[in-house]
Amino acid sequence: MNQNRVYEYRRNFIMSLGGVAAVGVIGSGFVLQTASAAGEIAAKPADQPVTNAKRWGMLIDVTKLTDGGAAMVAACKQEHGWGDEMHSADAQKAHWSRVVKVTDKLTQNSFSLPVMCQHCEKPPCVDVCPTGASMKRADGIVQVNKHICIGCRYCMMACPYKARSFVHEPLQDQKPHSPRGMGTVESCNMCVHRIDEGRLPACVEAAPDAVIFGDLNDPNSAVSQAMKTVGGKQIRADLGLNTGVRYHGI
Amino acid sequence: MASQAIIFRETRESKGFYFLLVILGAFLALGALAFFHAEHHGHYVTGMTNQVVWGLPHVFAIGLIVAASGALNVGSIGTVFGKKIYQPMGRLSALLAISLLIGGLIVLVLDLGHPDRLIIAMTTYNFKSIFAWNIILYNGFLALSAVYIWTMMDRKAKPFYKLAGVAAFTWRLILTTGTGSIFGFLVARDFYNSAIMAPLFIVMSFAMGLAVFILVLHFAYSWTGRPLGDAVMNRLRYLLAVFIGGVLLLEGARHFTGLYIAQKAGVENFILFEGGIYTQLFWVGQIMLGSLLPLSLIFCRKLGSNRIALLFAAFFTVLGGFAQLYVILVGGQAYPLMLFPGADVSSDYFDGVVNAYVPSVWELMLGLGGVALALVMVTVGVKVLRFLPDSLSDAVVEPHN
Ligand code: SF4
Ligand code: SF4
Repeated sequence: MNQNRVYEYRRNFIMSLGGVAAVGVIGSGFVLQTASAAGEIAAKPADQPVTNAKRWGMLIDVTKLTDGGAAMVAACKQEHGWGDEMHSADAQKAHWSRVVKVTDKLTQNSFSLPVMCQHCEKPPCVDVCPTGASMKRADGIVQVNKHICIGCRYCMMACPYKARSFVHEPLQDQKPHSPRGMGTVESCNMCVHRIDEGRLPACVEAAPDAVIFGDLNDPNSAVSQAMKTVGGKQIRADLGLNTGVRYHGI
Repeated sequence: MASQAIIFRETRESKGFYFLLVILGAFLALGALAFFHAEHHGHYVTGMTNQVVWGLPHVFAIGLIVAASGALNVGSIGTVFGKKIYQPMGRLSALLAISLLIGGLIVLVLDLGHPDRLIIAMTTYNFKSIFAWNIILYNGFLALSAVYIWTMMDRKAKPFYKLAGVAAFTWRLILTTGTGSIFGFLVARDFYNSAIMAPLFIVMSFAMGLAVFILVLHFAYSWTGRPLGDAVMNRLRYLLAVFIGGVLLLEGARHFTGLYIAQKAGVENFILFEGGIYTQLFWVGQIMLGSLLPLSLIFCRKLGSNRIALLFAAFFTVLGGFAQLYVILVGGQAYPLMLFPGADVSSDYFDGVVNAYVPSVWELMLGLGGVALALVMVTVGVKVLRFLPDSLSDAVVEPHN
């Protein structure tokens, strides 16, 4: 842990002891983020490096997603323009995010949730990438450097969540803020271009009542507070990857 | 090392030589065509998808790489373990090793999404990645094998012969450990995540490499009209049996433990019993044709010193090796990722279902191109340099036995 964070923790701890901490009261469910949550993400000036003072993450309340997350997936698709490849077969098309339906074999309990890159703290995709193209930013965002990705797909073999896609054909009309390229691997990048501008990821905006986004390192952030109260489960927690995307109600 | 009786000589120019080159050249051309086709259109022309991300090209590439390290064994047994009868074959063994490795690597590289960025892969390393280690291991293997050949061919380098042999042998063990670990470290996939992958790949390489060596040795001698006696071939024959047995043993251990571990039971069940093509490839391809058939061809009394039986045994061992790699690689990916243990999952993106994969003809062409490249290198190698002893007849070999 870096020094700053230790101080931050101490400060926060002392603050909460004194009862000064401005923490929203969180009841049985979430106090749902509004524009104020967005205000927690300060824009990062372009000339400043990314630091590990923050770790971005989100908590998705599956019980509040009436569509199972379809709107979130659609927003991601719209934002980054993936999945419309003309020649690729269905199994070859890129998917940065998808709705997965889960039914317990024994209890038949069933729910749906959006699955995208979980922005693992210890990402297997980054470990195996031979060139370092798969990388984790200091603020916890895992993404691919398209300029040095050689397209070996080893990261796709290593990702437990099938969160990565390989681009199988030449692409046209790409979004300027989300460059993609044939022969490279891509995946959810938490809308890094938006976060650096102090905006929320597209999928979070699309499901404002069900997702809280923010800094997991800050114990006072809305997302940390919500997780402290209601918990935040990981998919395949047994793998010990400490994911940045957490779920409630799974 | 060998006494004067063993004379190394280049193969002679002949119609057969050029005929062979033309045939192999045709396969090379097809491989190149496949590469340009996929490079131009993108990988959608292949059968590989975002569910089965490594396909037939990887089976060929890893098969060749695994066989490469095994091919070096024949030389190693002569050098490292001082078995005289193997020493005259050391040069061919190292040449074959280099050729197979380059053949395999070319397939791997040409199947990359960005083969043009090879220079990045060679210069930008993430040292945590087993793939990155492998790039270093492959280059080291090529260099050490070349030095090893040099110590066998140049009298002045003779003092380093043993040292080079030991170094190359040690390196190849590490190399195959690296190849096996490409899979062994993948926690995400139940079929791979296991320490046994490294030793399994080592024995596989012993078996496949030796089988390829036997085939190449036989045809090199019969097509150039050189004598090749039973003394040599029978040594190789029983060695092959030992290696096939080793693969069976480790595969058995792997699947038995897999069946007992709850987490792996699903994928084991899939591969061994319910996996359709993968189950067939396992039982029929790998076990029956690839292991039991060669073993019976080797041990059947009536077939004693029968050369044809040995050639078939070697051929089926190679075939079994490829079947095994196909089951490991593609079968392991066909089985769906486990997102929620104990639950059924589904999505519009193939969650919870067995992933389909049908290799395209382009992938086959690319893979065969790699095989052809390896064989061209051997054919030309024995033509221009003194790799092959003039004779490996019993009379020549026996005194050194
Ligand atoms: S979810 Fe997959 S792609 Fe995302 S960080 Fe984890 S291993 Fe990498
Ligand atoms: S495909 Fe690209 S990002 Fe993935 S491991 Fe290979 S080089 Fe790294």
